[in-house]
Amino acid sequence: MSDHNLTHNHEEHEHHEDNFFSKYVFSMDHKMIARQFLITGIIMGTIGMIMSLIFRLQLAYPDMKFPFLEGVLGHWAKDGKLDPNFYLALITIHGTIMVFYVLTAGLSGTFSNLLIPLQIGARDMASPFMNMLSYWFFFASSVVLLSSLFVDGGPASAGWTVYPPLSALPSAIPGSGTGMTLWLAAMILFIASALLGGINYIATVLNMRTKGMKMTRLPLTIWAFFVTAILGLLSFPVLLGGSLLLVFDRSFGTSFYLSEIVAEFAGGIERTGGSPILFQHLFWFLGHPEVYIILLPALGITSEVIATNSRKPIFGYRAMIGSILAIGILSFIVWGHHMFITGMNPFLGSVFMLGTLIIAVPSAVKTFNYLATLWKGNLHLTPAMMFAIGLVSFFISGGLTGIYLGNAALDINLHDTYFVVAHFHLVMGSAAIFGMLSGIYHWYPKLFGRMMNETAGHVHFWLTIVSAYCVFFPMHFMGLAGVPRRYYANTAYDQFNVFVDMNQFITIAAILGGAAQLIFLANFFISIYKGKRAPQNPWNSTTLEWTAPVEHLHGNWPGEIPHVYRWAYDYSKPGAEEDFIPQNIPDAGQIDPMEEAVGLPEPSKKSVQEPVMA
Amino acid sequence: MATNTLSTENKFTWGGGKSPFSVSYGKLMMWIFLLSDAFTFSSLLIAYGFIRYSFQSPIHNEIVKPLAHLSDNFVEQMQQAGLFVQDHWPSPELVFNHFPFVHGMHLPLFFVSLMTFILIFSSVTMVLAVEAGHRMAKDEVAKYMLLTIIGGAAFLGCQAWEWSTFIGEGARLYENPFGPKSFAALFFIVTGFHGFHVFSGVMLNVIIYLNVLNGTYEKRGHYEMIEKVGLYWHFVDLVWVFVFTFYYLI
Ligand code: HEM
Ligand SMILES: [Cu+2]
Repeated sequence: MSDHNLTHNHEEHEHHEDNFFSKYVFSMDHKMIARQFLITGIIMGTIGMIMSLIFRLQLAYPDMKFPFLEGVLGHWAKDGKLDPNFYLALITIHGTIMVFYVLTAGLSGTFSNLLIPLQIGARDMASPFMNMLSYWFFFASSVVLLSSLFVDGGPASAGWTVYPPLSALPSAIPGSGTGMTLWLAAMILFIASALLGGINYIATVLNMRTKGMKMTRLPLTIWAFFVTAILGLLSFPVLLGGSLLLVFDRSFGTSFYLSEIVAEFAGGIERTGGSPILFQHLFWFLGHPEVYIILLPALGITSEVIATNSRKPIFGYRAMIGSILAIGILSFIVWGHHMFITGMNPFLGSVFMLGTLIIAVPSAVKTFNYLATLWKGNLHLTPAMMFAIGLVSFFISGGLTGIYLGNAALDINLHDTYFVVAHFHLVMGSAAIFGMLSGIYHWYPKLFGRMMNETAGHVHFWLTIVSAYCVFFPMHFMGLAGVPRRYYANTAYDQFNVFVDMNQFITIAAILGGAAQLIFLANFFISIYKGKRAPQNPWNSTTLEWTAPVEHLHGNWPGEIPHVYRWAYDYSKPGAEEDFIPQNIPDAGQIDPMEEAVGLPEPSKKSVQEPVMA
Repeated sequence: MATNTLSTENKFTWGGGKSPFSVSYGKLMMWIFLLSDAFTFSSLLIAYGFIRYSFQSPIHNEIVKPLAHLSDNFVEQMQQAGLFVQDHWPSPELVFNHFPFVHGMHLPLFFVSLMTFILIFSSVTMVLAVEAGHRMAKDEVAKYMLLTIIGGAAFLGCQAWEWSTFIGEGARLYENPFGPKSFAALFFIVTGFHGFHVFSGVMLNVIIYLNVLNGTYEKRGHYEMIEKVGLYWHFVDLVWVFVFTFYYLI
């Protein structure tokens, strides 16, 4: 279908011998690196999920004993009862893994690596070597983080936000010792990985697009990955600076984050002159952009999947780009909404509140554009499409509560309660996981050359979305009633006893949801070997990655790189023969890739050439 | 057909098929890296500002005049005179007032000005190296790279002297006879982090210098590598200007 300019010249794939190590381990091929990121991400995600099930068990049955836990956790669950310190460690590592390892590296790492070169028409990343380093830093970081589960005192327990003083004084709580040190080491490796990756993604998008791939013809996935990379590039360094100071506070006796109040509570230590709020500023300067680093790639994937499977051009392409940019810029000036009640100047609070509420505008633009794209579309409800629609649902239900939380006055009441847990699990956790799953189902044929099982995909989808809502929706009510987050057992307070049943319901739903992921895991790993062979373009998509051969080869295209003649969303163009026109197909009379396509393709290739001769 | 393609290509800088900034991806990556590194430095400088302004401003010094005699127990004198106190940020000109081989004289910020001059001068020689690279003048490139390396190394030497003087007077990460402890801690971290960058820069420059001598770039047909390290070097220099301004001048 697209052999338009694929002159099969075989020089390209004459390559030096690949041995096992250069092919699978220290690979510099972006498609292999994408798979490495994905599989590492899935493993980390499974670990993070199992952790959540363990502490959910504790929250639902605080007085019950689960002897099997002692078998798994050893002295952290003596007689089958979870140790309170280990509870804190679990939620901290759960949050860290989910936010950074699964939804930052696992999501961006996989899809930016896979799709940037393939969708912009490049042979590989700008620097394949740095790309490989990026993965191996990520891998090392994962190993360091997981190794902290086995040290004395347990892993870091100060929450994924690692606020001082719990993170700054090694003797504060058990997890503040070696566990916290390893957390910081893991995070510094992680930042190195994120920066190496980000520099590469940006340079590749800017410099390596194929001829005709104007910025305004890029698929929205690429726009999302591009802005995500910029956000990471500008915010991770600030966490690096903040972590560096934290390391000095912990190990070298400085007191950047230790103030008089802290010193007094810590038994009158000689450590004053700093402020824990400084850390919060530095942390959230990363932390807020981070939630968009998580969300934007998922939104980009959704745009692509929804347009393809609605067989309609994405509604408001330029508005989508504009809203991605607007979200990106605004995300840098709203970090203070996490700090409304820290004692920050109330005037600053209202500035941050204004910025936060303004973000609702581009977010709404995106939502309405999704809905408008779906509207009267010829919907193909593939599993990828189901998950993409699921994302839109979570983006709405979780986004609405963001408006409450962004309000400085309301946040006094809601801060640090389960309302927050409900909010971010819907809008960031579930939405981004759904985006990631949607991407996996959609691009699996590109990743592994095979198809996943559709029926299993649908079962997986329905079980997951129902259980996700059952888990996270009731948490709103608990939060409104004041149940605090990060507490080991809510039954310690009489007024929360009304939630015993609800807590059990949530936990049962969570276990069911966890079980549903087994279907996914089986589908994923079995299909690698046993799946149906993928056709060239399984979803009849317009983007360039589907013009590359199913088998992976270095340099992606056997012949010349295809040129691009049109935007990425020519679906159901009136008058066209098929309901999609790939980006590399010129219109009748269009010789130059730079010209906008306006007409319709002639039925035969030959007539494309003719006007030139005339 | 060919001319047609060419003319439209020029119109569409962002049309793909080439770099919109007319730079190689390597140089572009260096720019992007520097942008992110600028944010790392900003985070440290913002931490500096945040902590510094939680203390009161330095007390204006009217006691010690430039070139005045410096006694051995100058720090104690200043403590007694109420210029070095716990709740006021110390005045940098009273802290950094020594000069190698000159004993007993108050020379406020003389030495750090010399350091700054050396670093800026090494940026000038770097520019000359880049320019010589454009002319493919191998010997000149080598000469100016060597001067740049010497400048960088001299700066590091000066920094080592300044640190050891400061430590000799009792400053530590957790201790500071001049006033708030954070003053010393921030000094070590901010100038240390910058010094680490200078050190890496000198190492890079040495590698590049050896490559120049080996004719690597002559064989390659261009000296773009010099431009890339040049970018890094100017950046490090620029950061120093900020460190100098924030730490020593205001
Ligand atoms: C597998 C389903 C999941 C369940 C059942 C679950 C459950 C929970 C619960 C109950 C808490 C609060 C614990 C407490 O405050 O005591 C929590 C914390 C958290 N979760 Fe999840 N979660 C899940 C998936 C995710 C995902 C996908 C993300 C990705 C963003 C995520 C990110 C977080 C974060 C950042 C925290 C806060 C940790 C902290 O307080 O430091 N979780 N999770
Ligand atoms: Cu935020």
